[in-house]
Amino acid sequence: MIDTSHIGAALPAFEVEVERGRLALFAKAIGQTDPLYSDLEAARAAGHPDLPVPPTFLFCLEMDAPDPAALRKRLDIDIARVLHGEQRFRYHRPAHAGDRLRFEPVIADIYAKKGGALEFVVRDTRVSNQHGEAVADLRCVTVVRNPQGAES
Amino acid sequence: MSATATFKLPAADQALPELAVGPVSRLDLALYCGASGDHNPIHVDIDFARRAGMDDVFAHGMLSMAYLGRVLTDWVPQSWIEDYAVRFSAITPVGARLRCSARVSGVSALDHGWRLRLVLAVLDQNDELKIKGEATVRVPAEAINTVENDHGEA
Repeated sequence: MIDTSHIGAALPAFEVEVERGRLALFAKAIGQTDPLYSDLEAARAAGHPDLPVPPTFLFCLEMDAPDPAALRKRLDIDIARVLHGEQRFRYHRPAHAGDRLRFEPVIADIYAKKGGALEFVVRDTRVSNQHGEAVADLRCVTVVRNPQGAES
Repeated sequence: MSATATFKLPAADQALPELAVGPVSRLDLALYCGASGDHNPIHVDIDFARRAGMDDVFAHGMLSMAYLGRVLTDWVPQSWIEDYAVRFSAITPVGARLRCSARVSGVSALDHGWRLRLVLAVLDQNDELKIKGEATVRVPAEAINTVENDHGEA
């Protein structure tokens, strides 16, 4: 079982720069054909200062942490047993290529279901920009499958 | 603002245009792995997936959430989206064909605009639910074309 004393613990905060080329590649990877998300001219014509960060890309930037496995290591979770259970974004203001975003993740909750066969880790992350303005709040729920937990 | 000037406030229960995606290929998963920064090998390395007890690699849940997000951004400017949340119900195998849908579940008036609530879903070709979601969209008052309404069009 995952040690619930980690609830409330802050994971290391980090900053990530949003890169234009990466956004264009992401647009291609998700089949986004609206040029707003990959063509600087189109983005500017629509009133954006640069390519906008699309709705789910903040989750990707969170994976650019210096140690993306910080949460799994701290809780001693095997990557082969994890599934993504839930994801939430609350948006406060747009982000664009060229922004430098700060991520502040916290372990918000840890709980078990089905007699421990499934464990859930809730991570809440506050994202702000280089001006200290709130950009978004992310909530990620990771499910850990414990085959042995079902027997006990 | 030409796109937003013609925005028509939807009725409750109105469905947005559906987005069809797929079949999801191994190349799609490799591209998403690189572009997203999610390097979990279970999505791209079949040897790793088999050692983890799976028959094959499977799609990133966040790839489907990104497809579903396109239903929203194809419809309104992204800055109108206040909240977007999903629950992943089942894994999506290679070859799946996905249908991403959204339906307006509520319309409420604000002091300066409207808030729309939406229920979202991703289903595969067998109507198996992959993702269930919710979103809220805030429509600014100035986005509604009052001239059109005054002239009684539509």
